[in-house]
Amino acid sequence: MTTDLPAAPEYAEPVVDWHRLDVRMLIVRPLNELIGLVPLFVGLLVLGRGETWRILVSAGVIAAIVLFGLLRWITTRYRITTEQVEMHTGLLVRKRLAVPRDRIRTVDLTAKLGHRLFGLSAIRVGTGQRDQPGEDGLTLDAVSSAEAERLRVLLLTIAKAEAPAVADEGRAGVVLSEWDNRWLRYAPLTLSGLVAAGALFGFVMNFARELDIEVFEPMSEAARWVVAQPLGLTVAVFAGVVLLVATLGSVLVYVVQFWGYRLTREPDDTVRVRRGLLTTRSVSVAEQRLRGVELVEPLLLRAGRGAHAKTVTTGLGRKGESNLLLPPAPVAEAHRVSAEVLRQPDVVDRVAVDRTTADDWATPGSVGDRTADGGADQVVESPTRTPLRRHPVAALRRRMVRAVVPLLVLAAGLAWFAPSWTWQVVLALVPFSAALGWDRYRSLGHALTDRHLLARAGSAVRETVALQRTGIIGWRISRSFFQRRAGLVTITATTAAGNGAYHVIDVAEADGLALADAAVPDLLRPFLELPD
Amino acid sequence: MDGVSNEVLRLRAPRHQVSRKSITLWTLHALIGWAVLLAPQLVVLIFSASPWQVTAAIATLVLGTAHTLVMPRWRYRVHRWEATPDAVYTLAGWLNQEWRIAPVSRIQTVDTKRGPLQQLLGLSTVTVTTASAAGPVLIEGLDHDDAVRLADELTTTTQATPGDAT
Repeated sequence: MTTDLPAAPEYAEPVVDWHRLDVRMLIVRPLNELIGLVPLFVGLLVLGRGETWRILVSAGVIAAIVLFGLLRWITTRYRITTEQVEMHTGLLVRKRLAVPRDRIRTVDLTAKLGHRLFGLSAIRVGTGQRDQPGEDGLTLDAVSSAEAERLRVLLLTIAKAEAPAVADEGRAGVVLSEWDNRWLRYAPLTLSGLVAAGALFGFVMNFARELDIEVFEPMSEAARWVVAQPLGLTVAVFAGVVLLVATLGSVLVYVVQFWGYRLTREPDDTVRVRRGLLTTRSVSVAEQRLRGVELVEPLLLRAGRGAHAKTVTTGLGRKGESNLLLPPAPVAEAHRVSAEVLRQPDVVDRVAVDRTTADDWATPGSVGDRTADGGADQVVESPTRTPLRRHPVAALRRRMVRAVVPLLVLAAGLAWFAPSWTWQVVLALVPFSAALGWDRYRSLGHALTDRHLLARAGSAVRETVALQRTGIIGWRISRSFFQRRAGLVTITATTAAGNGAYHVIDVAEADGLALADAAVPDLLRPFLELPD
Repeated sequence: MDGVSNEVLRLRAPRHQVSRKSITLWTLHALIGWAVLLAPQLVVLIFSASPWQVTAAIATLVLGTAHTLVMPRWRYRVHRWEATPDAVYTLAGWLNQEWRIAPVSRIQTVDTKRGPLQQLLGLSTVTVTTASAAGPVLIEGLDHDDAVRLADELTTTTQATPGDAT
């Protein structure tokens, strides 16, 4: 296939001999595992009085971990042929994994702290095949960072159907977005601090109990002192402390997760996200496999005019945050990044355009205003900014019924069985719930651009998805008993990427069908009842 | 859109009905489900019959009977399927209904499957999977021979279509 190309890139030369993982893994893997076992060793060595069995057990555990690491290193080999990536691993249970190279969708480089100290990086190859859950892709843990970088370029280059006939070496990626210290103000709006503080508190308490440190006595002392104070002061102090801890914690979490965030478009037509303070992560997605972008606005973040963004793509696990495109940032930035990423490259045109306008690409100021000078229909304005079509009033009625009726039923039940203040409290919640219902209705919307299907829903977490129309691989139209009475349907576009299905909720039946019919030509048409 | 007036746009029903024996299958499913719910209540009733328990048992019996009588016939009137050279089209449900459309070019696998009750009645389910994680398109309650023929047909057309269906 590559023989008739004029100048094949040098790095595309197939590697056919078997490689081992980096020899430094003999140290790094045991080190990483030992760090996780520190509490055990503390329990064994520090707490006892140095009995022989404690020392023996510790030595045994360490020996086992080192031996396990050694066996793993000896038994693991990989090679990359022109056709596929192969990996053999395991001593007792032998595994032979082979991933066809034309199925590679994403390459994910992860370097934990231990890896970074030794200049290593784990590399995960995603294929988007979900036939066997949990068996998606292949992981090499770990190779040297230089080797990982080489593999990343190599794997993603051949992953494309038509490799560009120009040597891309020496051209750096185009930066689409970068870490900005001002984004830190969105950290407290993510509530991650509260979660982190809660988890830390739980961990410390657990550990303290293990170590038999008396924490409950001083704490209950403190509690008694607090209760003795006036109620207003107690509440204020408590709220203040929680707020402070949550703010500091969330900023810390934000920095640890997203430090050094950098979104680039690489010369090999992949979109690459790099981030992380301690564990660094680099996720590359073949642009041709990008099926869309999802804008996520949790209620608090939305109140602060912020948003974060995810890619809709095949080949990324749905767990973890490996589909992250933009950390919590100003919503305008989220729209801009979506527009940049969704720009569909026409491979042939791109080569010509890149040469002439290479300077424009690197200038941040011109990025937003760039006009379509290469491909006929490059997206300039973000599709996620497209004005959305409201859904019928019947949809509002459904939101309101859902928001209010359960509370009324609960209040009625409580009035019957429970003390009278309980149902009053529940009734007082009704206006808030109704406001949430109203907001849920306001969030509903859909639109169709020449390339994307847009759908928005949700209030507590408002999600706007821009899904490539060519990425839609089927439709589901569902109508519940109550939707039927209201003349509404829910249209679901199924896709190989992201969640697998994206919904247009509670749309008028005829509008929804027209939308689906227009989005994917000729798929729905044979099954529509056309007017006489 | 393309001159089609939105006001009258509706989905037409898929062409083929499922096998009439499906009514028996759904009735059996419903009977088994309600029996599991009712049996423990009856056992309790033998030992102590408080008014609450009697009411609950009667309510279960009435609901169960209604469901067992109504649901299978209703479902039979709703469930339909169709396979064109371009797409598989199904309609299923009773109170809540769902139409599913999968283009043949995006089909990954086609299986037939039969549980013990289905084997007894000579029925089969055809499962058509696409690359989406949202679940397959199911055609339940086909006569076994029809199911095998449909699966073969779909497999042949799918194999003739290039691409990796994502």
